[in-house]
Amino acid sequence: MKRAPSRGLVSTIVGIVLLAVMLFPVYWMVNASLQPAGNPLRGGWFPLHPDLGGYATALRDQGRNLVTSLVVALGSVAFSLALAAPAAYALAHLPVRGINLVLFGVLITQMVPGIAVANALYNAYNDLGLLNSSLGLVLADSTAGVPFAIIILRSFMQGIPREIIEAARVDGAGRLRTFRSVVLPLSTNALITAALFTFLFAWSDFLFALTLTTTDTVRPITLGIYEYIGAHTNQWNAIMATAVLASAPAAVLLVIAQRHVAAGATSGAVK
Amino acid sequence: MRSRSRPVPDEDEAAHGRARAAARARFWEPVSQWMFIVPAVTYLLLFFGYPIVKNVVMSFQQYTTTTFYTGAAPFAGLQNYTKILSSDLFPKALLTTVLFTAGSIAGQFVVGLALALFFQRRFPLGGVLRSLLLLPWLLPLVVSGTTWRWMLDTDDGVVNKALRDLHLLSSGIPWLTGTSQALVAVILINIWVGIPFNTVILYGGLQDIPVHLYEAAKLDGAGAVAAFRHVTWPLLRPVVDVVLVLGVVYTIKVLDLILIVTGGGPADATETLATRSYELSFQQFEFGRGAAMSNVLVAVSLIFAFVHLRARRRARRT
Repeated sequence: MKRAPSRGLVSTIVGIVLLAVMLFPVYWMVNASLQPAGNPLRGGWFPLHPDLGGYATALRDQGRNLVTSLVVALGSVAFSLALAAPAAYALAHLPVRGINLVLFGVLITQMVPGIAVANALYNAYNDLGLLNSSLGLVLADSTAGVPFAIIILRSFMQGIPREIIEAARVDGAGRLRTFRSVVLPLSTNALITAALFTFLFAWSDFLFALTLTTTDTVRPITLGIYEYIGAHTNQWNAIMATAVLASAPAAVLLVIAQRHVAAGATSGAVK
Repeated sequence: MRSRSRPVPDEDEAAHGRARAAARARFWEPVSQWMFIVPAVTYLLLFFGYPIVKNVVMSFQQYTTTTFYTGAAPFAGLQNYTKILSSDLFPKALLTTVLFTAGSIAGQFVVGLALALFFQRRFPLGGVLRSLLLLPWLLPLVVSGTTWRWMLDTDDGVVNKALRDLHLLSSGIPWLTGTSQALVAVILINIWVGIPFNTVILYGGLQDIPVHLYEAAKLDGAGAVAAFRHVTWPLLRPVVDVVLVLGVVYTIKVLDLILIVTGGGPADATETLATRSYELSFQQFEFGRGAAMSNVLVAVSLIFAFVHLRARRRARRT
């Protein structure tokens, strides 16, 4: 389509203004995190004299929680993909009975409120000794990751031509070898997308961190921020610095893996 | 294995081997197929199936703080349900849930659609701006909630400061501490969180509309409004259905955002079914009633689930 360049430029300017409005809270969070302790509002609209005191306090108070979140999120990625990838392959290519039932079940999981899961898990974890454990959080956080990864990976694997899989079978490769050396390498992109989102789901989890931990031995950063708000509201620069640190994975992933984020957003819903 | 005492001719041996391999394959084939799916299904049953059943059982039991030491949770019949349904808070929480969901969905959808239509035009940097727009959706809700809580602070928040600087008001609006303002504030924040998701999905739907239809509409002398009414909207309908129902299903169970921003207050102004369920279970340790409340929420969600599946089928047919 041919357009007058000036009109395109106007659209770009409008687009930048819209984005600036939408992302203002993100800017404000960064601005507040760079103000000296006390009331950041007196620091004004711009961090003219950036002060890293907030970050020093945040790392001192929340460093351990950041590590906890990282361990739990990576654990959830490994666990979710280990379960979802074989299942997605079976649902896409194997004549397993009851496929529709499994798929229906996966869809139903989206409707189950987290609080219903937390209610039951708290009691079960209490008996099993899984409260206040990284393993308990990995398993609970994967309730978001596993169904999502199954949906994404299955819709991708359905696009792998049957002939490729059959060829491997004819060459004498077993199911497992076909899956490992043919299907998985072909699905790298979808696996990355699924991994990014399972990571973000677990990293962002607040509900399970709140309900399935009772002490501060295992405390994800999201809960750390929540307790920070209650503890000292005059330390907004430290709270906001923690918020910035907690946002870093999302921002980094968006910048380096734009394509995957867009793919994940759309395939999770409509396909 | 039979022991072989005499040498067997080669052919015989090979035939035996083949038969054995075939028998092995017949046995292992279905088993190996199941191996792929069993771990995931087991997990889903344990972490979704079990909680659903357990919540039903719990909702008919009387839980107290001592239950966790003694394990005694006597059967209580329908008592939990009658208690939560007859409480003064229930109609209010139900209404708040409906208002919160309807308000959030309306705002997210309208703004999301407007942005999707805007980004449909090709212009420099369009793609980059569109993907940066996803940031609010990817941020942990605790981060968004905390930031907005700080921005909406009555005395020190930037929103009131801006309004004061523009001389639009003389004293600050109590966004999070006024009973009539708090729900509006929480809805606005949730709209902000949900806009990117709506934009992405609707933009994807717009991309699937064939360009020649717009060209045909133009030839028929249709203006922008007419083209939207007769081309865009009808063809986008299946995607719109999906976005709306998914939006309802996700919004109806929102819990963390409200807990972080207002904690259900002030004076229960932002209590929803989800926050009530959380408080009953984890603040009052009335797990029976908390479970009953979350079952009411599950029931409402399930009704929408079926609508959702119908919408998906329609989206697939087109």
